[in-house]
Amino acid sequence: MGVKGAVVKILAVCGMGLGSGLLLRMQAEKALRQLGIVDADLEVADIGSARAMAQTADLIITSNELAEQLGKVKPRVVTISNFVDLKEMVEKLRAALVQT
Amino acid sequence: MRASGDALVAGGITTPAYTDQMIATVEQLGPYIVIAPGIALAHARPSDAVLRPGLSWVTLAQPVRFGHKDNDPVTLVVGLAAPDSSSHVQALATLAGLLDDRSRRDTLLRAKTPRDVLAAIVEYERTHAATEAVSGSE
Repeated sequence: MGVKGAVVKILAVCGMGLGSGLLLRMQAEKALRQLGIVDADLEVADIGSARAMAQTADLIITSNELAEQLGKVKPRVVTISNFVDLKEMVEKLRAALVQT
Repeated sequence: MRASGDALVAGGITTPAYTDQMIATVEQLGPYIVIAPGIALAHARPSDAVLRPGLSWVTLAQPVRFGHKDNDPVTLVVGLAAPDSSSHVQALATLAGLLDDRSRRDTLLRAKTPRDVLAAIVEYERTHAATEAVSGSE
């Protein structure tokens, strides 16, 4: 893993921070466990506060729609199409975290 | 959307105002609520309109396009009501587990009666409890 023992800060972004974003966070937790990444800090943000919170995050996970609304942010943005598909989450997180 | 709100009202979970809030949310933020192929998760912010945490389940006889690039058309609308940001976490986790398996998801999307849906959920909870026990002993 290219994480070098540092804690990865992941921000799950959705419209209000309590529906799909929460779902993303739970799926990401499961995915990280599968990938063997334990040093991760997961937070949920609504689209309104996401830009500010993105400043301190290493990675953002969200939907395609909201990624467009989010615009350009510092961390890498991973977009998830099927929120309940753990395989998609695992593959996209693996790709993102190995490159980070 | 309205049907999923009506179901929440009928279940004593929300007041009718919550339905309007859910519709306003999707109008404002777009079709991102279509979280998986054929599945929309409708919800609004916690408010006075939420009486207790709950979910509603509406299978549409005619699939509806929400304008989502990958996941349209929608067959299942799950209405989510949360009085705060944490009390519905378990319900969402169960929902995610329930829909993660493709064949179970297909069964649920094709379900014609509440009984079919309930049967699939009961079946999931039974097998899920078993796998939890297995992974817990590893």
